[in-house]
Amino acid sequence: MIKIENLTKRFGNLIAVDNLSLQIEEGEVFGLLGPNGAGKTTTIRILCSLISKTSGTAILNGLSIDNKKDCLEIRKTIGLLPENVGLYEGLSAYKNLDFFAKLYQCPENERKERIEYYLKMLDLWGKKDVTVGTFSKGMKQKLAIARTLVHEPKILFMDEPTANLDPEATKMVRDFILDLKKEKRTIFLNTHMLDEAERICDRVGILNTHLIAIGSPDELRRSLWGKKTVVMVDAVTDRILKGIKSLGFEKIVIDNNKMTIDVNDPHHDNPSIIRTIQDAGGQIQTISDLVPSLEDVYLKEIRRNE
Amino acid sequence: MSKLNRKNVWTITTKDIGLFIKKKWILYSALILPLIISIGLPIIVWYIVNHRAVPIQLLFPVFTAFSFFFIILSAIIPTVIASYSFVGEKTEKTLEPLLATPTTDDEILLGKSLAAFLPVILMIFLSAVIFMVLMDIFTFAKVGYLFFPNWIFVIIILLDTPLACVMSIELSVIISSRVNDIRSAQQLASVVLVPFLLLYLLTEFSVITIDVNTMLIIAGILALIDIFLFLISRALFRREEILTKWK
Repeated sequence: MIKIENLTKRFGNLIAVDNLSLQIEEGEVFGLLGPNGAGKTTTIRILCSLISKTSGTAILNGLSIDNKKDCLEIRKTIGLLPENVGLYEGLSAYKNLDFFAKLYQCPENERKERIEYYLKMLDLWGKKDVTVGTFSKGMKQKLAIARTLVHEPKILFMDEPTANLDPEATKMVRDFILDLKKEKRTIFLNTHMLDEAERICDRVGILNTHLIAIGSPDELRRSLWGKKTVVMVDAVTDRILKGIKSLGFEKIVIDNNKMTIDVNDPHHDNPSIIRTIQDAGGQIQTISDLVPSLEDVYLKEIRRNE
Repeated sequence: MSKLNRKNVWTITTKDIGLFIKKKWILYSALILPLIISIGLPIIVWYIVNHRAVPIQLLFPVFTAFSFFFIILSAIIPTVIASYSFVGEKTEKTLEPLLATPTTDDEILLGKSLAAFLPVILMIFLSAVIFMVLMDIFTFAKVGYLFFPNWIFVIIILLDTPLACVMSIELSVIISSRVNDIRSAQQLASVVLVPFLLLYLLTEFSVITIDVNTMLIIAGILALIDIFLFLISRALFRREEILTKWK
């Protein structure tokens, strides 16, 4: 559905996006993670054919961003939810949607049906004639989502869709994105809310101008974090440490009576670790696998690449 | 220039006009000045004609000079509307969703320019009619014929005012790309008045006379300036420029 090859964008001497390549399948929810200034918004803007790239290419739904005619077609088939909702505060909810639906050339009868459908779906039908300026942030975000969907786009781009929202509105937006996922829409999501990416995205990419890592949240955890076993003992003694190291586990982090050991395969390695500790006279209080969050992986990778 | 989708242009124009109507300060700015000119000036003439012993022939150049105010009007009012139209989209951060729609840069530029042009030119035409009718009512008894319309006034209203209006809008587009608040845009755009005020003063001091030829020359100069400003504003109103370079 989206194929990006060696995409680069420079603003003068500044490299905003550096040699980005990735592929997103139809119906996939892809999350692009990265700190501020990592090039996430620039990537979305290039893909939406709002700004040009310096080099490389991208194909969306068979349409190339290199072709001027295709760019207009690309904008017909995508929906963009920018970081700022960008609604006309002086117009009513209905008129906001109607304006955009007209620009997307939705036929009149379909336009009315779709506006009604999305306003009802997002609990805004009762406020359809109310001026948007009086809406809460959550309501505005809902309306902006409706605007993004009103022309039934095949691909959705969402730039920080829950930024600056309260927890209730954030949950509502996330649930709605999950509903869209069930409809098999292709969603490209920019976020630095890692729990959001973990819950919503099929795959994530970590971007810091260049792509640092890509995969499902589980794959990233496994491949980038490694496997670790955490053992709580009554006391960490030299004998215990010597015993564990003799098993070939060199990397052990000690924090009081807690040992975090880098292992290859917890199922295979943990029994020998337990035996060694007991043989060394240690008393095991707890033993568990350390499951990192996506945040742990993200921070580690971003710091490693800085 | 890529093919324009007239529906898109009209959708943008009507949306903008709908927003202007809701903004009272824009509405008042667009209404008050034309009303002052179209009603106020004839009242002054009525007072002079009826209460001062001035030979009516001496007033003819004044009547003609009054016509010049319509060019000034058509230059000043669009700065209010066009500044809101372009800078307003920036301050309300509505430009990005608009630019993400399948519209061309030219359609957006034309749609927004028409939204500033049409209400102003309509207002100018309406106030010109009121002005002509009142002037003729107040002066007919003394002049003996209908002073308005005359060729100078027709050229001013049908040629000079639309061209001055376009110039003002294009200047507003250029200024809007460099400022971030509506008031600053309006203040900067009001420099458009300077050449017209200068021209008016030159006519007052009889350096130039307001006649058909002068008005046609002014129209020609305005048309050239419009073409020049159009090229600049069109170059500035590109998606990439707007998203990456507009302040």
